[in-house]
Amino acid sequence: MSISLAEKTRLEKKYPEVFKLNFMRRWGLLVGLGVTLLYVIFCWFFFNVGPALQNGKWDRAAIYVQDWYSWRAQPRLRFADGKVTAEWSSRGQYAKGAEIDWLTSHADGTMTATFDSDDRLDVSTRQVDVYLDGVAYPVAITADGAVAPADAPSAIRQDRQKVLVDFGFAGQAEIRGNQVTVQRRFLGWANFLYDPRSPLWGNDLFSTVGLVFSGDRINPAKSNAQLVLDEWLGNRVWQHGDILTKLMQTLVMAFVGTLFATLVAFPFAFIAARNITANKPANWLMKRAFDFLRSIDMLIWALFFTRGFGPGPIPGIAAIFFTDTGALGKVYAEALENVDDKQREGMKSVGASPAAVNRFGVVPQVLPVFVSQSLYFWESNTRSATIIGAVGAGGIGLKLLEAMGTNSDWDKVAYMVLLILMVVFLFDNISNAIRSRLIGPTH
Amino acid sequence: MADIAHSPNSLSPANQTLLRHYRSQVMTRRVYSLISVALVLIALLAAMNYANAANSGKFFERIPYMFDFLKNFVPRDPLEIFRAMFDIESPYYDGSLKFDYTSDRHYITDSLYIPNFIYQLAVTVNIAIVSTIIGGGLAFLLCFFAATNLVGAGAVRWFMRRAMEVMRAFPEIVVAGLLTAVLSIGPIAAIAAISLHTIGALGKLFFEVVENADMKPEEGLRSVGANWLERVRYAIVPQVMPNFVSYTLLRTEINVRASTIIGAVGGGGIGEVFRLSIGRDHAAKTYAIVILLLVTIVAIDQFSGWLRRRLVGNQSFQMGGGAA
Repeated sequence: MSISLAEKTRLEKKYPEVFKLNFMRRWGLLVGLGVTLLYVIFCWFFFNVGPALQNGKWDRAAIYVQDWYSWRAQPRLRFADGKVTAEWSSRGQYAKGAEIDWLTSHADGTMTATFDSDDRLDVSTRQVDVYLDGVAYPVAITADGAVAPADAPSAIRQDRQKVLVDFGFAGQAEIRGNQVTVQRRFLGWANFLYDPRSPLWGNDLFSTVGLVFSGDRINPAKSNAQLVLDEWLGNRVWQHGDILTKLMQTLVMAFVGTLFATLVAFPFAFIAARNITANKPANWLMKRAFDFLRSIDMLIWALFFTRGFGPGPIPGIAAIFFTDTGALGKVYAEALENVDDKQREGMKSVGASPAAVNRFGVVPQVLPVFVSQSLYFWESNTRSATIIGAVGAGGIGLKLLEAMGTNSDWDKVAYMVLLILMVVFLFDNISNAIRSRLIGPTH
Repeated sequence: MADIAHSPNSLSPANQTLLRHYRSQVMTRRVYSLISVALVLIALLAAMNYANAANSGKFFERIPYMFDFLKNFVPRDPLEIFRAMFDIESPYYDGSLKFDYTSDRHYITDSLYIPNFIYQLAVTVNIAIVSTIIGGGLAFLLCFFAATNLVGAGAVRWFMRRAMEVMRAFPEIVVAGLLTAVLSIGPIAAIAAISLHTIGALGKLFFEVVENADMKPEEGLRSVGANWLERVRYAIVPQVMPNFVSYTLLRTEINVRASTIIGAVGGGGIGEVFRLSIGRDHAAKTYAIVILLLVTIVAIDQFSGWLRRRLVGNQSFQMGGGAA
């Protein structure tokens, strides 16, 4: 389908705004994208992204991420007096004298570490037999280190005087002249219920439930249920009790901070609203006070009060309170300025006092908005309280930062993240439920 | 509730029953309100007591020291604040870090330098802007897949929304901490953490805007055989763009604050400098940073507020929704 030239010019004359777009309308999007791209390229160099990515320890990143959902047992198999003995560090995951199904000692002083049905290590003081997919590769132990066989596959690697064996996810081993360092990886979290020093160590969830309901006491001093709870909360590896307390502190920070901010912002918003308080200087002063509170970063308030009150939830509460009084005051004042005047006039016309005018003419209109805004802030503060805590205001943030600082407690980080996610989702749902009861479902 | 009649005897029997029911309902409502207020107050008191017990310094014991701290936390003269701000040599310089304002200058040429705090502030603001661009861009691409009116497959929508929720609720310090462990301390960790959060937060707001879009243009395009991509591009995007830009600007404001805080826990920028200076009792430096931050945040808020008003008018101030 084509149109004649006359028709074309007629259309162009009739709708000039369609055919002759001005420069910004025609090219604005492209120009914007181009400027953004240039800016991102500038930032690439400004933040030294290239070199930083190149120098990143990406091999370790994989280990850190694996640590989130799996754990490593790391015994050292030492050679002494012609025998192989397993040594564990203080962070070892097994109780003293426990049977370990993947690490067995034999009567002749050798040991076997099993990684898979076809993959294992047979360790003696003279030779380590590495089985990969059922094929044995003998690694000789000599006076100056371990020597890999010539036909070894790429999973067995000679690194100066030691031999590194890679079993994939199941683990790895480092064979030296005087010891073999084994790293065996398992899915899940080790000792999540009880630490190795606990009398209940070795029980899983089902046997724990069985214990609670079985009659005979393990510790005569207290009931089994009490013992299970004490041992679980007092788990020295996972520190459940401490973590739950810190989580509670974070929640308290958000709750008290937001509630206080609501209670304080509520009366002051009436002073800030032009239509409620007919006093221009008072309006202006109140609004600037709100702006000031809001514009000082939450971080500044948090660090400031941490200096004053010492670490703990109080600085967190104060920081949330000060910033949110400003933010809520501003939102409340705006809501008040948009109220319908008819209801106030009605109250005034029957001779009600100013307090009654506000109580029955204004508050019923704005209360749902106020409550819903406060709930939004509560949700958002439950999240930000975590990070405020990390700068010293107490709560789970600091705990998270400590766990990440060691670089080996990523499973605990995962546990805390899971707790935080659960709590945030729970609170989102509670606040959504309250909100939709007040103002009807939003969507 | 104001009562509706003072002399019920003048009413007909039917209306008297009505009035009695009305009053009993009002009473129930009042009782429920009172109970909920009482519960909230009890929870508040318990929580405050708990917080006080958990804090290392008790509130009423520490209050006097708070004012002592403020009294002692004063620069030697008001001009010191501005010397610290612009890296000008202090007359009190005694070799200590407290009065050493000059050694952190960032020289561009031999004589021209950028004061350290202003440089750090630029780092923080740039982190915020880059994260907003990355997060906003990805949220823009993803939000259409979470909207009921554009995607029929419930599984896709469900997955998208859950993914956005997780990104929103995932603690930022963990992302930052993980990347810091891999890349060593630097702004990339902060950018990644804030971007991830921005995808979640903006994605939710964006798909809600898309769901409220007028579907008539889309129908028009569908009737002439446009494919999904063309329909989204020419029917939906032009409608939602002003709201998207407005939300993104609001997010920029929030991200400036977020990047200050992330900086304090190891992301670099002004947050870190501030944490160090207040921890070491450097009063002049601390006040210089507070003033710089205050001015920057007010300026950014005002600018983005002005831009938003130009784009979508006054309805763009849904603080809570954007802050979440």
